[in-house]
Amino acid sequence: MSDFWRRYARNKGAVVGLVILILVALIAATAPLIFPGSPWDMAGAPFLPPGEMGMLLGSDSLGRDVAAGIAHGARVSLLVGAVSTVAALAVGVTLGAIAGYLGGLADDLVMRFTEFFQTIPSFVLAILLVAIFTPTLSSVVFAIAIVSWPPVARVVRAEFLSLRSREFVQAAEVLGKSRLAIVVTDILPNALSPIIVLASLMVATAILLESALSFLGLGDPNLMSWGFLIGSGRSVIRIAWWMSVFPGIAIFLTVLALNLVGEGLSDALNPRLARTRGGKA
Amino acid sequence: MSLLTVEGLTVALPPGAERPHAITDITLQVDRGEILCVVGESGSGKSITANAVMGLLPKALPRQAGRILLEGQELTGLGPEALRRLRGDRMAMIFQEPMTALNPLMRVGDQIAEVLEVHGAGARARDRVPELLAAVNLPDPGSLARAHPFRLSGGQRQRVMIAMALALEPALLIADEPTTALDVTTQMQILRLVREIQTRRGMGVMFITHDFGVVAEIADRVVVMQHGRIVEQGAADEVLNRPQHPYTRALIAAVPHGAPQARAAMATPVVLAAQGVAKTYRRGGWFGPRATVRAVHDADFVLRRGETLGLVGESGSGKSTLARCVVDLVKPEAGRMLFHGQDLRPLSRAARKPFRQRIQMVFQDPFASLNPRRRVGEIIAEGPITHGTPRAAALARARDLLALVQLDPGAMDRYPHEFSGGQRQRIGIARALAMEPELLIADEPVSALDVSVQAQVLKLLADIRGRLGLTMLFITHDLRVAAQVCDRVAVMQQGAIVEQGPTDQVFGAPRHPYTRQLLDSIPGRGWTPPDLQDPQA
Repeated sequence: MSDFWRRYARNKGAVVGLVILILVALIAATAPLIFPGSPWDMAGAPFLPPGEMGMLLGSDSLGRDVAAGIAHGARVSLLVGAVSTVAALAVGVTLGAIAGYLGGLADDLVMRFTEFFQTIPSFVLAILLVAIFTPTLSSVVFAIAIVSWPPVARVVRAEFLSLRSREFVQAAEVLGKSRLAIVVTDILPNALSPIIVLASLMVATAILLESALSFLGLGDPNLMSWGFLIGSGRSVIRIAWWMSVFPGIAIFLTVLALNLVGEGLSDALNPRLARTRGGKA
Repeated sequence: MSLLTVEGLTVALPPGAERPHAITDITLQVDRGEILCVVGESGSGKSITANAVMGLLPKALPRQAGRILLEGQELTGLGPEALRRLRGDRMAMIFQEPMTALNPLMRVGDQIAEVLEVHGAGARARDRVPELLAAVNLPDPGSLARAHPFRLSGGQRQRVMIAMALALEPALLIADEPTTALDVTTQMQILRLVREIQTRRGMGVMFITHDFGVVAEIADRVVVMQHGRIVEQGAADEVLNRPQHPYTRALIAAVPHGAPQARAAMATPVVLAAQGVAKTYRRGGWFGPRATVRAVHDADFVLRRGETLGLVGESGSGKSTLARCVVDLVKPEAGRMLFHGQDLRPLSRAARKPFRQRIQMVFQDPFASLNPRRRVGEIIAEGPITHGTPRAAALARARDLLALVQLDPGAMDRYPHEFSGGQRQRIGIARALAMEPELLIADEPVSALDVSVQAQVLKLLADIRGRLGLTMLFITHDLRVAAQVCDRVAVMQQGAIVEQGPTDQVFGAPRHPYTRQLLDSIPGRGWTPPDLQDPQA
């Protein structure tokens, strides 16, 4: 484990990313303490620039505190990112494992099904799904999960295809282990590294998707989110730039942090790759 | 004056490695017109020595001391440009892996011509290509020069590599395990070719190998290396027949001794019988012609209780495929695989499960056959647990098995990567034995191991076989190993068994021409390792 951290910490950007991510998570966790009360409530005069009347990041067109909106929005963004990634992983890993391990006809069927999803522009599909199911937190998570599992399935299938023919899997086969046991105890643990890396990047994509949906007004109307903040600030960006810029920075930093963490994980989990990169630097 | 003189050469390893120096105080000479064999096991520093001479050491391995002289010219301290001019022109190297050493996108002839052009042969370069290809005994040089590497077999590629190395008639040829990746018959052709060219041109050859058979075949003088040091050097005859250093003696004692003993024919019941088993691989489809490869056909055999049947043959002969048909890792499309009279082939996964316990397998590659993410104890115990043994009992038995394969019980809680190749192979054997099988299939169990480790594993297998009364199907490409281990052998060629019978008969009086060819290709066939009863051992 310490070895893992040493390799991770060699990538300075990844450490920075992790620090940012922890900060965002802390803000999300402590939002009700720092900003008690609903972020939808009026807290002062509208269009206050940052710093006035005790509002660090200014107020919006209805006098709501932008800082409170960002802090509470962090909860929604991280929640949507995490839950939809878990859901997408569950679908993607299962289908990828079936396709990669069984091969043949099952592989063909699953992969054609996956390609079917991949040929539809994912954002359009997400909009469509949210519009059909009325915008709520769960329908947003569902829509994001539906559009983001195909890459997982492809990665998992590729890993399984190569691991399936390895001798230790054949040995397990000869021992008479059941297919499920072979997949769960022999193949999956060895395929975990790319899945973890992919997952960290998927969280970032999910946050972006959720923001984009909220920006279009397709987020959960009862929840404050970063995309909603930008969306509502869009029409007054000339007189109140802070309404869109600060939530934008929040999204930018979080997504950047997740990408940095993903890269750090990929270095730490693939020591050989990390070494060649270190050699170049 | 010697052609090549290496004096007191020391190369450092990066800090944190298992020893401070990759090679320590290496002193050796290669004369014109002689072949010097550098022998040693993996990690002994023999390749590092060769790379140091060529000036191909990676940056992480700096030269710390010593001199290298080629024809009296100091190589150490030469700039990259000066070294580059010498490489190819005065000294050349051939590598182990002919499959990856050629540029796949360039025609063979162009690659050879390139060597000449780089060293200023200019427009005439292309004209010399057919002549060079003919010199390495390649048929039809004209059309071969226009072929891309993928059309060539491993042996042909290695010949092309040699042709490239010889293009500028270097004074020194360094060959780093040039035949290790090749089949025995091809290996013999390449060895003869190296010998022939060396005599014809009077080159000095530094030949690196781990195989004492190869040494016996071509060496004039021998250098034996261990842990980065030279432990013994001398004339080939001296070192091979009267080795002095204990390490050399141990290595030579570990060489499988080719003499098969006559063994009494077994009259025990038949355990396994293959009848008409056939497996065909198909490639392509949809568009274009389908290529079919008949991996196994006409390969009937019977295996009686308590005997060891060797399946021998070159790569691609179908011996592994046939063995995998027995354990259902490969599904044959026809034939019967009778185990105690019951056909295993049509069984479903569930119906086959009881037989899994009775037929077990040891795999070739000890680095790929153990799950890297599981502890050794679990690896050994998981088979019995799958078949209903309580976990505690299975783990206790795993502990006993570790003792049986001569490993420390502390190995239980460690991960496979903490073990050496030989130890891992023991773990693999313990895993197979945990099921208490009747029939053990060993698929090249020692071919990935160094010769001394190989001897230990073979001894362990013989010991266990005797103690547990195992029946064994032993797959190998190494006829010396087969001669030592097997009661009967079956020789496979292109998917068919061409000859089978008691080992001493097949090896003593081969009937099929292919068997004869295989036997003639055993390197160092003329050399019988001396009987070394070390007082220390």
